[in-house]
Formats: sequence, C-alpha cells, structure tokens
Amino acid sequence: MSVIKKDVEYVAKLARLEFTEDEKEALINDLNSILGYIDKLNELDTEDVDIVVNPYYLENKFREDEVQPSLQLKDVIDNAPKHLEEYIVVPRVVE
Amino acid sequence: MELYRLKAHELRDLIHNKEVKCTEVTETLLNRIDEVDDKIGAFLYVAREEAMDAAKNVDDKISKGEKIGDLAGIPVAVKDNISVKGMQNTCGSKILQGYKAPYDAHLVENLKKENAIILGKTNMDEFAMGSSNETSAYKMVKNPWDLDRVPGGSSGGSAAAVAAFEAPLSLGTETGGSVRQPASLCGVVGLKPTYGRVSRYGVVAFGSTLDQVGPMARDVEDCAMIAEAISGLDDRDSTTADITVQDYKKSLNKDIRGKRIGIPKEYFGEGLNDGIRKSVEEAVKVLEDNGAIVEECSLPLSEYALAAYYIIGSAEASSNLARFDGVRYGYRAKEIEDAVDLYYKSRSQGFGKEVKRRIMLGTYALSAGYYDAYYKKALKVRNLIKKDFERIFKEFDAIISPTSPTTAFKLGEKINDPLSMYLSDIYTVPVNIAGIPAISVPCGMVDGMPVGLQVMGNYYREDTLFNLAYSFEQSTDWHKKFANI
Repeated sequence: MSVIKKDVEYVAKLARLEFTEDEKEALINDLNSILGYIDKLNELDTEDVDIVVNPYYLENKFREDEVQPSLQLKDVIDNAPKHLEEYIVVPRVVE
Repeated sequence: MELYRLKAHELRDLIHNKEVKCTEVTETLLNRIDEVDDKIGAFLYVAREEAMDAAKNVDDKISKGEKIGDLAGIPVAVKDNISVKGMQNTCGSKILQGYKAPYDAHLVENLKKENAIILGKTNMDEFAMGSSNETSAYKMVKNPWDLDRVPGGSSGGSAAAVAAFEAPLSLGTETGGSVRQPASLCGVVGLKPTYGRVSRYGVVAFGSTLDQVGPMARDVEDCAMIAEAISGLDDRDSTTADITVQDYKKSLNKDIRGKRIGIPKEYFGEGLNDGIRKSVEEAVKVLEDNGAIVEECSLPLSEYALAAYYIIGSAEASSNLARFDGVRYGYRAKEIEDAVDLYYKSRSQGFGKEVKRRIMLGTYALSAGYYDAYYKKALKVRNLIKKDFERIFKEFDAIISPTSPTTAFKLGEKINDPLSMYLSDIYTVPVNIAGIPAISVPCGMVDGMPVGLQVMGNYYREDTLFNLAYSFEQSTDWHKKFANI
C-alpha cells in the first residue's frame, strides 16, 4: 500500500496547505517514508503494551475555578492583522 | 581580560563584590554583539534599551543594599520561540513576523525575578525543525569556530552566541537534540533537562511530549547556575513535576568514585568519525581515572526510537502548528478569496518548506484510519523505549556516547552519508522519546572543530549529570579552548 497523489491532496486539504504539482510529487515520497518508519515499528510486538503519551507519568492536576487576570486586551489586539476596536476583523464566513 | 570573555559565575563574583556595575557588564556584551554578530548571525533581536534599563535597575537595587542572587545582572540570550513580553517571537518564521509576545514565559518570569538581563532573541531553524539553523526564514548562523560551517540546530543562534562571547548564558529548546547537538558543534555545554523539569508555558510548542528548554554556557558551573533558576513546578504547565529542584552547586565536585557508567555498544559502530571516537574513548578514560566504573551496555531499541520520533514529532507538530492561520496574529495573506482561503494562503506563504513537509507527515499519521496504526503504534514503542532505559538505569548511573557522529559540516552541505545522518539522530533522539535528561560537554577537537561528549541520566537526576560533567571538565582543558573570533 503506497501513497498516491490523491492522498497528498487529501492531507494538504486537512492541513490547509497548497502545493505546486512538483511539490506534490516530492511529498508523495515523503509520505511514503512514514510507511517505512511504520514497517520498522511493526518489527516490534506491542500487543500487550500500553501507550505512553507523557514520557514521565504525572497525575492530573486541577485548580480552583477562580477567575484570574488574562492577557491584556491591548497587547492581543496589537498583534491582530486587522482590527476594529476590540474585535479582530476577518473575512465573512457565513453567507 | 575583557568582561565579555568571562564566565557567568566570574561575572557574578565581580558584581557581588561591587567590582563592576551591571550596566558595564551589559554594555560590554551589547558592544560585543555589535562587533561580531554581522559575521555570526546569532541574534534576530538585540534588546539594547530593555537590557540597559534592566541592568540599571539591578544596579539601583544593589546600591540600596537589596539581597541579590547568582544571576543578578547576568545577561542571557533567549531563543526566539520563548516568550519575552514586548519582544518579538518569530520562531525563525515569516508567519510570526511582527508578532510581539504579550506575556513572559514562566522561565522568563523566573529569570526576571532573579534579576538576570535578557540580552535579546536568538536565531533558530524555523519552528525548531532542523539541525543546522539553515531553515531560519531570516538569516543563517555561522559557527564561530569556522564561519563556513553550521552551528548546528535548531538552537544554532543560542549556541553560537555563547561560543562567540556574545552572551555568557543562553537558552535553547529541544525536541530531538536541538540544544545538545549545537552545543556539541559549537564547543559549549548544553543541557536537556528531564521532561517536566522546566515549564513549557510561554514556549512555542513543536512536539508537546518531547519539548524541553535547555541552557547553554561555556562551562558546567554556569550551566548548572541557570538550570536551577529556570526549573520547577508551574501551575500553568501541568506536565511540570512536583519534584524538588536539587541544589546543583552540590554536584560541582570531581568525586565520582563508584559511579557506574554504561557505554552502549550500538553507538560506536560505522558512521562514527574516527577522531570523535578517539575523543570519547579518551574522555571515558578520564572518568575511569576519577573513580567511575565503566562497562559496556546495550540499547537495542535505539533504531526504533528514531522511527517513533519521526512519527510522534511530526504528528504533534502538525497539531501544534494548526494555530498559525493568519487570523489572530502573525502573517495574513492579502489576496484571498474567502475565509477558508485565508488559511490556505497565509499558511502556505508564511511557512517554509521544511515546516510544511513535517506538517504534512504529521497530518497523514494522524488522519482517520491511520491514527491507530501509526500514532498509537509509535506511542506503544515509546513505552518499550522507556522500559529499555529504565532497565539500564537499574544497573548504571549514566550512559555515555558522542553527542554527534560528526563535527560541524559546511553550510549548504547536507550530510550525504546516510549512516552519519542516522547516527546523528540516534545519539540524541532516544533521550527525548524517553524524557530522560542529558548533557553535552566539550571533550575534544577534530580538524579544528569541537567534539561533544554526551552524558545521559535517569529521570530528575540532573545532579548526576552535573557531577560527571564537572568531574570530566575540571580534569581536562577543553573548557579553556575558545573560538578565535
């Protein structure tokens, strides 16, 4: 089972990225390399192995539901590509 | 000797004894940056005003008799993916051009509490993806030992800044070796703390279960000094550990009698430069002379750690980089058709080639139908690798290897030898997969370029790493060799 151009186009859509036809060709090879890594990993028997997400086990941490100061609005708005007062302006989404 | 050539602990002594003012120290480093950074390219932003203001503040505190700590007045260069309020945080990318951090990272808050001086933001591979600093969207970084060669990466700017005397201390980040490898290539000390030792709050995420901030310095004592200051629990990063930060000063002695060191047989095969092999073997002899017991060991799962890393790293990166969409901050494309096109154009134009490649790899690995077979499989192998290290640390206190199988390569020369490329990841990546700490310390020179010795330790045993590294360093002269720049 090998990666084809349609797979690259599908993944690009998920990732919201655009590519030229040449770039897509290169990406077919790159995505195929993942299959190579998986073949490697499949050499190991992990039938009875649990997944480890965090490398060092830590307990879940909770905090009190108290309101704390957040970011300064001015600093946040200053970073926005386009703003109107305290709103960030974006293209229309809903018709 | 010019002030900028002094180590951080030497500057500390001068400042505490009131033999020099903090403003003098900061000014000498800012001048040094002006003098050499055109050649080196380590800094993306020099915080001249902020640093001088901060230094003046510390001088005022000292003259008022306020109690100060080790880092007071000491300038630190910070990698451009660690948030310093009011300063840029480009991550080496065009997609964050113009963005100013609206808050300080937790570790930066710690540094400011200790009255350290933030000198500026250092250059890096884009979004920390690279090992040569060549993927920075802004400019390249040159290795201070040879300006035709790379400094390593992704924390190339931070390593070069310290090696070129532009800062006595710097901070980088690692996901797969990005502090240790440039430290090794630039002949400085670099530490990757245990995962969870340093808060990642305010540090731009690449691989959230792999990332750690790591200090770099020109000797072990300096590295320990800043490591202690940035470590500790942070409520805002729930992966930080409620484990006491040791007093690393206590580890700074040469006594390593009885320490058991393992040399993994898988790490010394083909692809390792002979000069480096020799340097590491000589280093091991020094440790034995100092009382350590050295034996061969085996890490058979190392090659699997690599495969697991490529999957986990890119999967997490694809998720973490989804936030860069041109909406709330950073680069927004101009010619767009509609709201969704805003994402496509901003991301495709704002991100560099390597970043887009890794996002594609990660997205594929996580996509429906593949998530279980790819990502979860990698996480199971992660468990096996963890167990592999845990087994070793029952018998040994530390594991030693070269940090990199080659010295710094030339700019533009991709390493063509596949065995070398493979080894270069094998030495560093398993450490990030397992989450254990590791330090790189200069241990030799090959054809005029530095060689690094890597010491890996058990979870939260940075004290052992500092002890072994210090013992080695103080028994040799490698920490007295500097780039002629």
